[in-house]
Amino acid sequence: MKRFGPMFRKEFVQMRRDRLTLGIMVGIPVIQLLLFGFAIQTDVRNIPTVVLDQSRTPESRDVIAAFQNTGNFRIVGQVNGRPELDAALARGVAQAGIVVPEDYPRELARGTTATIQVIVDASDPLSSQAALAAAAGVAQIRNLAILSAAAGHRTLPVEVRVRPRYNPGLRSPNYIVPGLVGVILTITMVLVTSMAIVRERERGTLEQLIVTPITRTELMLGKIAPYVGVGLVQMTTVLLLGRFVFDVPLTGNVPLLYGIALLFVVASLALGLFVSTLVRTQQQAMQASFFFVLPNILLSGFMFPRQAMPVVFQWLGALLPLTHFLQVLRGILLKGVGIAELWPQVGILAVFAAGLIVLAVRRFHKTLD
Amino acid sequence: MTPAALAVQTRHLTRRFGAITAVRDLTLDIAQGEVFGLLGPNGSGKTTTIRMLCGLLEPSAGTAAIAGVEVTEAPDQIKERIGYMSQRFGLYEDLTVAENLDFYGGIYGLERAGRRGRIAEVVAFLGLDRRLGQLAGTLSGGWKQRLALACALMHRPAVLFLDEPTAGVDPAARRGFWRTIHALAREGTTIIVTTHYMDEAEQCGRLAMMSQGHLIALGTPAEVVAQVGGGGRSLEDAFVILQERDERRP
Repeated sequence: MKRFGPMFRKEFVQMRRDRLTLGIMVGIPVIQLLLFGFAIQTDVRNIPTVVLDQSRTPESRDVIAAFQNTGNFRIVGQVNGRPELDAALARGVAQAGIVVPEDYPRELARGTTATIQVIVDASDPLSSQAALAAAAGVAQIRNLAILSAAAGHRTLPVEVRVRPRYNPGLRSPNYIVPGLVGVILTITMVLVTSMAIVRERERGTLEQLIVTPITRTELMLGKIAPYVGVGLVQMTTVLLLGRFVFDVPLTGNVPLLYGIALLFVVASLALGLFVSTLVRTQQQAMQASFFFVLPNILLSGFMFPRQAMPVVFQWLGALLPLTHFLQVLRGILLKGVGIAELWPQVGILAVFAAGLIVLAVRRFHKTLD
Repeated sequence: MTPAALAVQTRHLTRRFGAITAVRDLTLDIAQGEVFGLLGPNGSGKTTTIRMLCGLLEPSAGTAAIAGVEVTEAPDQIKERIGYMSQRFGLYEDLTVAENLDFYGGIYGLERAGRRGRIAEVVAFLGLDRRLGQLAGTLSGGWKQRLALACALMHRPAVLFLDEPTAGVDPAARRGFWRTIHALAREGTTIIVTTHYMDEAEQCGRLAMMSQGHLIALGTPAEVVAQVGGGGRSLEDAFVILQERDERRP
């Protein structure tokens, strides 16, 4: 391995002189973090709502206030009649409509079932689900109050208390930011190294390297080593911004996290090298890496829960190193768990890292054709 | 001449790319310390021949040996002994002259101290001392060529392959370059150089003229001219006559 050192130094100097790539490597984490951290809120609140109050009684105003108090509905106006309500939904002025029928107070007094209608724009599933859940909650609380009063109960017979562990405030950034560490590492590490071999091929230096006694392993390891440092710097940037801008806790064993991140970074870099041996031009390398990034965002569990996916896609997701690294990130940062709980993920990441390096070295032939 | 004394020996060396035969049945013996020229138009198989001798391409048939060692059998042993300078020079343009030299020295396994000494030697030999801190990408063609040669010499190769080394280089730099080549040959380095410039071909001890992938003439420049009857003809005349003869052949 005596030729690893010169290769490493050369790559490091080239990386330092390549302002554009350096800018991308520092800029991507910051921009992504700010975008995802500020823009993506999975807990939907303040759904714009119109009200069609056909009863106009204290009872109807009372129930409308109950909807408003959940915080999920923001009343943006009153409408007079169904056509106007439909138009508001169609134009997107409102995403929900609450209809209180004329006989609502009468039915309530009579003790028969009083009906309130909530109409939801379900073209956006995330907000419509939040609206549905909130509406059901309103109904349940009303029912309980009325029924327990009628039965003479002062306390509830049964109460279910839900305790959200690990993220008690149910805050989106706590979920998004740790995941973002993994996503950013995947994007930049794969992209940067996928260019590594093709760039030398395009510039004619690969030919020169092939006639030297450098081995394939020395070449590959020397190429990825400088970027391991870059990956760890990126991770630190995101974690620190997450901690101080988004108040995301760093609960667990951070040195352990860095140790496991090292495996993940090496696996991602080796994957990029593998891509580099498959393509002929830098442009193809870029396209191939973007093609690879999308399934990582969709299938890894970064944004969408894997349990909800069909089994085939869960298997596909399990083939991505990011899927396992996300479990490590959230496990350590949010749950504060240690190696005792995480050894399966560590094992899988180690296999990925070693396997992908072997694959990349095997794919690379020391001849021109 | 025993085979062991031969720097390069090929037997029926052939390379096909699909249906095209780029090099056909090439048999050559090149002695240590020779300046040997491969002369031919573009597409005649010169570069393919050099690439096979360096282990960059696998031969489709036939054999090639450097100092008695088969290229395909012990590629790593071969790579320690040969130097190669391609048409594209193979320099890292975003590294300085000194960094390029240090990198190639390291890749050829020179230890730190030995590397420093060797860099000083090649820098003095090729007059690169005032350019050491300059980025290779900002050098002119002639200086790039010298740097590329310096990089290829870092490990003192026994055989040096030069593939169109003077492409894109001005005439004065070309002349200086050939003086350097002869100096290397006097020290015992075997030089194999491809060219399509006749004045460069005249500088070679022996020539192999190639056309359409095979040999059409072999010998010293004077012997090649004699093959077409001599009579005051130039090397260029001889080359044109031999090539036309070859192309007329069915």
